Amino acid sequence: MTPFNTLTGPAAPLPLANVDTDAIMPKQFLKTIKRSGLGKFVFYDMRFQAGGGERTDFVLNRKPYRRATTLIAGANFGCGSSREHAPWGLADFGIRCVIAPSFADIFAANCVKNGILCIALPANEVEALAALAANPATSEMTIDLPLQLIIAADGHGCRFEIEPERKNLLAAGLDEIGVTLQQESDIARFELARVRREPWRNTEDSRP
Amino acid sequence: MTHARTLYDKVWDSHTVTADDGGPALVYIDLHLVHEVTSPQAFEGLRTAKRKVRRPDLTWAVADHNVPTTDGREGHVADPESRAQLAALDENARGFGVGYFPLTDERHGIVHVIGPEQGLTQPGKTIVCGDSHTSTHGAFGALAFGIGTSDVEHVLATQTLRMKKSRNMRVTVEGKFGPGVTAKDLALVVIGRIGTAGGTGYVVEYQGEAVRALSMEGRMTLCNMTIEAGARAGLVAPDDKTFAYLQGRPHAPQGGRWTEALAYWRGLVSDPAAQFDREVVIDAASVVPHVTWGTSPEDVAPITAHVPMLDKFADAGKRTQVERALAYMGLGAGQDLDGLRIDKVFLGSCTNGRIEDLRAAAEIMRGRTLAQGVVMLVVPGSDAVRRQAESEGLHDIFRAAGAEWRKSGCSMCLAMNPDVLGPGERCASTSNRNFEGRQGRDGRTHLVSPAMAAAAAVTGHLTDVRRLAPQGDAR
Ligand code: SF4
Repeated sequence: MTPFNTLTGPAAPLPLANVDTDAIMPKQFLKTIKRSGLGKFVFYDMRFQAGGGERTDFVLNRKPYRRATTLIAGANFGCGSSREHAPWGLADFGIRCVIAPSFADIFAANCVKNGILCIALPANEVEALAALAANPATSEMTIDLPLQLIIAADGHGCRFEIEPERKNLLAAGLDEIGVTLQQESDIARFELARVRREPWRNTEDSRP
Repeated sequence: MTHARTLYDKVWDSHTVTADDGGPALVYIDLHLVHEVTSPQAFEGLRTAKRKVRRPDLTWAVADHNVPTTDGREGHVADPESRAQLAALDENARGFGVGYFPLTDERHGIVHVIGPEQGLTQPGKTIVCGDSHTSTHGAFGALAFGIGTSDVEHVLATQTLRMKKSRNMRVTVEGKFGPGVTAKDLALVVIGRIGTAGGTGYVVEYQGEAVRALSMEGRMTLCNMTIEAGARAGLVAPDDKTFAYLQGRPHAPQGGRWTEALAYWRGLVSDPAAQFDREVVIDAASVVPHVTWGTSPEDVAPITAHVPMLDKFADAGKRTQVERALAYMGLGAGQDLDGLRIDKVFLGSCTNGRIEDLRAAAEIMRGRTLAQGVVMLVVPGSDAVRRQAESEGLHDIFRAAGAEWRKSGCSMCLAMNPDVLGPGERCASTSNRNFEGRQGRDGRTHLVSPAMAAAAAVTGHLTDVRRLAPQGDAR
C-alpha cells in the first residue's frame, strides 16, 4: 500500500449523518470478484439517476470534486454492514481521507486496512472545514499525517488525534499483513518448534 | 502449579506466536478452508502485493455456495457472475498451489462437511474459513471460526491472525434425550435460551452426558449452530468417538504418528477445576422437537406450542421486530405451529447434510410419499455423503417418495445458486438461518431437524415427528 505521508487535493463536502455502507456501496456490486474497479459504483444511488445518467447536484459529479481526495461528512459515517467493498470503492475513486465527527467501528478498521485515513473532529471544526470545501476556490486541503495537521486553503491549521498503531500502519504504507510479515522469524520459529514437538502435524507428506 | 485451564484456553495457548499484553495476540492457524465467495479479493490482494500463500499445504479450496446441484453442472453454470466466481477460485487455487477439490473431484462438497470427512479437521487445531459456520469443526475439539476477506488474505499471506481472546462459556446438557429429539433441536433450544447475541464475545464449550451421547454428526450440527447464538466458536472435547471417526481418514495421521497424535489429543479437555465466565445448564429430557416461527434463529418454539403472543415480549424493540417477523412469515400470534402448511422442504446444508441426517429423514419417509403439492430437495452435504447414501439405498427411498435427489452444495441454504424459494413460499428447512430473504426473496423459512423436515414433507405441514411411526420394510 502507498505510504500515507501528506495528501493534497480537493475536499468534497457531504454534510449527511449516518451515511451507511449500503449507501457507499450498494449490494448489487458485491458479487464481484475484484476489489479494484469499485470506484465507479461508490455512492451509486446518490451519484446516478435510475436510468444511469449522472445527478448533477451530487458533489462528486462537479468540478473540482470529481478528483476529490478527501471527503468531509456527518456523524456516524460508514455505519451498517461490515462490507469491505465500501472502503474499496472509496479508495478506488481516489478518496484517501474522510473527516467526520464520528465513524462506525468496523468501517474505520476496514479503512486502515485499505490505506484510508479517518479523522474524527468536533462537529464545529468539521462544519468549518466543510464550509471552506464547499467553495471550489478554497476546497483544496492538505492532510499532513506525520504532523497530524489539516491545512486548509486559507492557511489555517487544524490538529487531529489518531491511535499510534493506526498512524504507524498508514504512515509506513503497511497493511496489517505487512506488519505481521515483519514477524516472519517469530512465525517460522513457532512452526519449527511445533513440528519438533508434534511431528504428526507435519502434513507435507500427506498431500494428495 | 499451573492454573486450571479450559479446552479453549489450552488450544489458544498452544497457538499464540506472540502475545501482546492487553493488545491482540498473533495466533497461528493450522488449517485454512477457502471458498469462492469470500476469497477472490484476498487472492487478488496477494497478487497486487506480489505475495505468496505462506502454507499452501495448510490451505484447501472448494466451491460450494454458487454451484448448481443438478446433473451436468460440471459442464456449464448458467449464471455469469457465479461462473466468474467459480472460475476465479479455480484459477486461484491452481495458481497459488493450494489444496483444491474441484467440482469434478469425488471429494467435493460443502466446505464444512468435507473438512472432517477428509480428516483435515482434527482436535486441537485452529481452523478458519471466510464463512461464519466454520464453527462446525469445533465438534472435534478444534478452535474453528469464521473471518472476513481481509483476514482471509492475512491468513493466506502469514498463516496467522491478530486477535483478542474470547471469554469462556460452558453449556452443560445433562440427562438423556427423548425419542425423536436431535442435536438440531438442542441447538435451537440453546439459541432460544441465550438469544442470538447471548454468545457474543464467548467461545462455548458443550459438556454433559447428552453431549457425549451425540454422534460426531450431531456434535457438528450443534457447533455449527453456535454461531447463530453470536458466539465466536463452539467446542466439544474430543473422545473415543472423535478418534474412531478420524482414524484412517485420508489426512488423519497414520501409523506411529497416529499414536503420537492420540496421546496429545487425549489431553484436550477442560481441567475439572477450570473456571468458565458463564454457565448454562440444560436438562436433555426437557428438550422436544423445535421449529422456528420468525426471522431470527432465536424465534423458536416446541412443535407442540404456538406462535407466541406479542405481550410475551417485554422489550418494545423486540416486540416491533416480532410484529415485522410475523407479517413477513404470514403468521398470526397464537397460531398453532403443528398443522402449518408448507410448500417446500429442504434437506441439506452444512448443518444437516451429513449421512446420519439423511438416514434420519429416510427412516420417516420409507414407505411414504410427499404430500400433494410439496416439493422436496434432498442435497447431500458432499459427494461422499451422496455415495454412502446411495450404497444404503436411501436415494431410492427419497425418490420413491417423490423428492429430488441432488448433487452436493449449499443449495437452498442461501439464495445464491439456482435453488431458491419463490415469494411467499413456506419451507421446512434443515439449514441454519431463517433471515428475511435468506432462501429467496420473500421466502418463509422454518428451521427444523431432518426428521421433522421429513415429517413435514409427507404430511404437507409442520408436525410433531414423534407421532409418525416408521413404516414399511425396516431392514
Ligand atoms: S450450507 Fe449454508 S451455512 Fe453452510 S456454508 Fe453453505 S451457505 Fe453457509
